[in-house]
Amino acid sequence: MKISMDIELKDIPGQLVRALKPVSDFGGNLLSVLHQRDKKTPSGRIPVQLVFEIEERRLDRLVEVLKERGVNVARIGKERLKDSMVVLLIGHIVHSDVRETIDSIDSTGFAEVVELSLSMPAVDKKSAASVTLSAIGKEELKEALNILERTVNKKGIMVISSV
Amino acid sequence: MKTKPKTVRISIIGFGNVGGGVAEAVRRKREEIERRHGIDIKIVGIADLKGAIVNENGLSEDAIMKPKTRRKPEDMTSRDVIKEIEHEVMVEATPTNVENGEPGLTHIITALESDRHVVTSNKGPLALEYSRLMELAAKRGKELRFEAAVGGAMPIISLVRENLAGNGIISIKGILNGTCNYILTRMAEEGLPYEHVLKEAQEIGIAESDPSKDVEGIDTAVKLVILANSVFDMNMTYEDVEVTGITDITPDALKLANDAGYMIKLIGEVDRAGGLKVAPRLVPKDDPLNVGGTLNVATIKTDLAGDITVIGKGAGPIEAASAILSDIIRIYS
Repeated sequence: MKISMDIELKDIPGQLVRALKPVSDFGGNLLSVLHQRDKKTPSGRIPVQLVFEIEERRLDRLVEVLKERGVNVARIGKERLKDSMVVLLIGHIVHSDVRETIDSIDSTGFAEVVELSLSMPAVDKKSAASVTLSAIGKEELKEALNILERTVNKKGIMVISSV
Repeated sequence: MKTKPKTVRISIIGFGNVGGGVAEAVRRKREEIERRHGIDIKIVGIADLKGAIVNENGLSEDAIMKPKTRRKPEDMTSRDVIKEIEHEVMVEATPTNVENGEPGLTHIITALESDRHVVTSNKGPLALEYSRLMELAAKRGKELRFEAAVGGAMPIISLVRENLAGNGIISIKGILNGTCNYILTRMAEEGLPYEHVLKEAQEIGIAESDPSKDVEGIDTAVKLVILANSVFDMNMTYEDVEVTGITDITPDALKLANDAGYMIKLIGEVDRAGGLKVAPRLVPKDDPLNVGGTLNVATIKTDLAGDITVIGKGAGPIEAASAILSDIIRIYS
């Protein structure tokens, strides 16, 4: 299952590798690592957001090992997609490989297309779609929108984002 | 205690819709302005392509209304009126030209060099030569005011620079073109295609016969440049704006937006990092930016006051004249 985890590292060299190694040792597949060096927790630690896939039965043991290694586990999220936005697309959405468009978001590991409504007038006319993007946080949501814009701009599709 | 009112002589250069609106507004409001602000506004010169009419003691209503009494442009040009007729404030109301700013640019420079204050509704010169014009005005110790250029009657420039002075302005975004707002509003309400609503707007005089400046977002972009330069002290031109218009918006798209709780509006946005963008955007139905018809709206994001939103009529002769009159009064208060 996909897990998002907020951890906090000591501000000394080598801590990120120390925290990530157990994840792969337990057969986990890292999808995203957000290392916010410029932010600090009140206790002077550096927050890192991880997203990874792992077998659920191994999760508890992983958390124990992380704690043994001096890594604070601040939050474990199974409901991981917290922030959402609606965007509208206008253009030849289906015939320009809608699957690739969706995959460009889903493959990020931090964001997904969770809803898509499509309106298709005559075959030669432009169609329109409303797309709901969800992501694990606000920054990731912005990045997902950027990725979507880059992907569909090449296909001549217009993106209308929310104010 | 009553003091003698101060006489302020003005010229109106460009006597189309806006210039005519200013003359009409002065006629209607003259006594009230004298009573409340102690300013007696006298129109001493009017000039446009068709000719000029001047009277240093103030033109009579009759003379203003009868274009036949005017002198031919060969005898007296707009520049002659600006330079040679003694007055305090030149109102520049010729049409906007975003290619080279003329004839407004020459009018404004001539007026400042002749030591006259300038109040204008003309976007072209401001979008192209903002810093040069402001420097010239400062050097001459004169004011160059342009509330009417952005948002028509909707106060935004004085609001930000004067009433919100002390606030850091983070961003301004809004609907700055009434034609686009009308078209998108009608399309959403009636489920009609763009071309159909455009024709309808042209028939009732809301869209011009060549609507490209409005619907392609150019007009909004030019206003954004003026806001960026005047409010954020930037040095932007039209080339710096990322512009997308509304011509590709379909009724289907509006319906999908509606189902998801949004309207589509052409939004101009400028932030203090220097990003200038005009594009169709989704506006939540309960957002103050969601205004219909030909209305203009702007939300100003500030660091102390939070968000402030103003709504008003963006176009129309009397609406523009309202902004011009306030500018004139502000010079003397």
